[in-house]
Amino acid sequence: MWELIQANKRKSVVLVAVLAIILIGMGYAIGFIIAPDVREAPIFGVLIATLIWVFMTTTSLVGGEKILLATAGAREVAKKDAPQLYNVVEEMSIASGLPVPPRIFIIDSPDPNAFAVGLKPERAAVAITTGLLGKLSRDELQAVMAHEIAHIHNRDTLFMTLIGVTVGAVVILAELLLRGMIFGRGPRARGGGGRGGDQGAAVIYLVAIVFALLAPILAYILYFACSRRREYLADACAAQYTRYPEGLASALEKISRHVARGPSKKTASKTLAPMYIVNPLAAHGRRAGLFSTHPPTEDRVRVLRGMTNASLAAYEEAYRSTHKGEKGVFVSAALRGIEPQEIRTPAAEEPANQTRQWREVRDLLHKVDQYALLACACGMKIKIPPDFEDPRVHCPKCGREHEGAPGLFASLGALGHAQEKNS
Amino acid sequence: MEWIILLIVLIVLVMWIVSMYNGLVRLRNQVRNAWSQIDVQLKRRHDLIPNLVETAKGYVKHERETLEAVTQARADAVKAQGVAEQAKAEGKLQGALSRLMLVVENYPDLKANQNFLQIQEELTSTENKVGFARQFYNDQVLKYNTRCESVPTNLVANLFGFKKSDFFEIDTPSEREAPKVQF
Repeated sequence: MWELIQANKRKSVVLVAVLAIILIGMGYAIGFIIAPDVREAPIFGVLIATLIWVFMTTTSLVGGEKILLATAGAREVAKKDAPQLYNVVEEMSIASGLPVPPRIFIIDSPDPNAFAVGLKPERAAVAITTGLLGKLSRDELQAVMAHEIAHIHNRDTLFMTLIGVTVGAVVILAELLLRGMIFGRGPRARGGGGRGGDQGAAVIYLVAIVFALLAPILAYILYFACSRRREYLADACAAQYTRYPEGLASALEKISRHVARGPSKKTASKTLAPMYIVNPLAAHGRRAGLFSTHPPTEDRVRVLRGMTNASLAAYEEAYRSTHKGEKGVFVSAALRGIEPQEIRTPAAEEPANQTRQWREVRDLLHKVDQYALLACACGMKIKIPPDFEDPRVHCPKCGREHEGAPGLFASLGALGHAQEKNS
Repeated sequence: MEWIILLIVLIVLVMWIVSMYNGLVRLRNQVRNAWSQIDVQLKRRHDLIPNLVETAKGYVKHERETLEAVTQARADAVKAQGVAEQAKAEGKLQGALSRLMLVVENYPDLKANQNFLQIQEELTSTENKVGFARQFYNDQVLKYNTRCESVPTNLVANLFGFKKSDFFEIDTPSEREAPKVQF
């Protein structure tokens, strides 16, 4: 796995370097277009471009995961609220050898999805939507979390953020360049250059236009290719951690069945898209083109189901046999000395009870929102909001009066009652 | 001129040996870390068992032997030293636990007990964690041992006394099939 991270790192550095060269080229072109008369203008343009890039990178590195989690509306859960989710995440951090388990967040959204953020494993977090949590069996949940933890372990969360930010900077600069051409003084404004100078400037002008149009597209293509590859890698690692490829395969199927119905607006965000386990914005059934963040889900499922054992080498083999004539997912150094790893038997689980699972997820949401849950003798579960003042509660179903409420508030202590929502 | 070339060759050689040495140290530390993770999970399981036995006692009065076997196996596992001995003791403990859980099937009252259910979920997860920690540990050991044996790192390993590590194998038939035990 060490080799895998190293190879990942090398490729990312090369990619960022290529993007940085494009970026500097753009800066140069902008300087040239806006002020063709001034000799220092291109250098100044390069400086501005670098500044924009540095600024964007720093902000994303300093507060990136907080911003991402906040935009997705993620809220942290405690172990007592969701013991199974916690256990599953802890199991997978152990299997992957992460130094500490990531923090766990849930997102209240019907779209089944999950993502990971965090620039280094010690500060990482995983988030899962209630829609997904309510759908999966324990084995499937384990597989999804294994995929997300693989992203953290392989440092995809760091590299994809860096690359994504750089691509963003290139796009901004391309926009600036095009605007500069429209509002700039243009080649004709250059005085005293004579005919030859005019022609030379026109050629450069033309090259700059082509550059401004092509650079962002090129940057995006590189970015998406990288992103798709990382998804296959994370799938392979998930199969290896869980020793159970079928878990991820069936989880992906469940997710894609829902995505086929189209995303709801809430979780779908362009910046977050490559981080999710499946792209929430992608149209279903389309082939993965140059501009998709994720490989087609059917393809990922097919590779997973083609594995003869749970090792990374088996994934590579399955990948090559489903993608004839393509080069594999791994660098050969990462596969050296890997022995077949047996696929384990699935956990014997009680038959899934969808309604009960949904209820548990709703309860979890209420707990995260600091609601007090009170079980009534009639079978009703009363949810008391944190700003509820009356010490007596009436059951809405059978009308019984409950006295236990003040005690509940006391047990919630500073947590529940102090954070009053006065609005 | 010649001695400069000789010096460069020597420097490169030393750097190469240093990098091999450092690689071995890194792997050995990973093995140690992985072992400590298993240790943590085994301790957790040992801590859960008295709770489990205490809860079960009130319900399964006619199964004293089974309960005592679990308590005894736990005591042995707590005392065990070294990878091989620990693995053997844990195998016995696992066997005793599975027998207890089979017995529990006959006591619906106990199976419905909220406290028991909670301990059972924790025990299942700890069981899984032991399995995954073992899986990770064995992967690390395999990598480390391979490095210790293969040319040219084996020379460095011999020179500086890097010893191969033991695998953590648990010898119960049910355990070999799955890293996860379901009750």
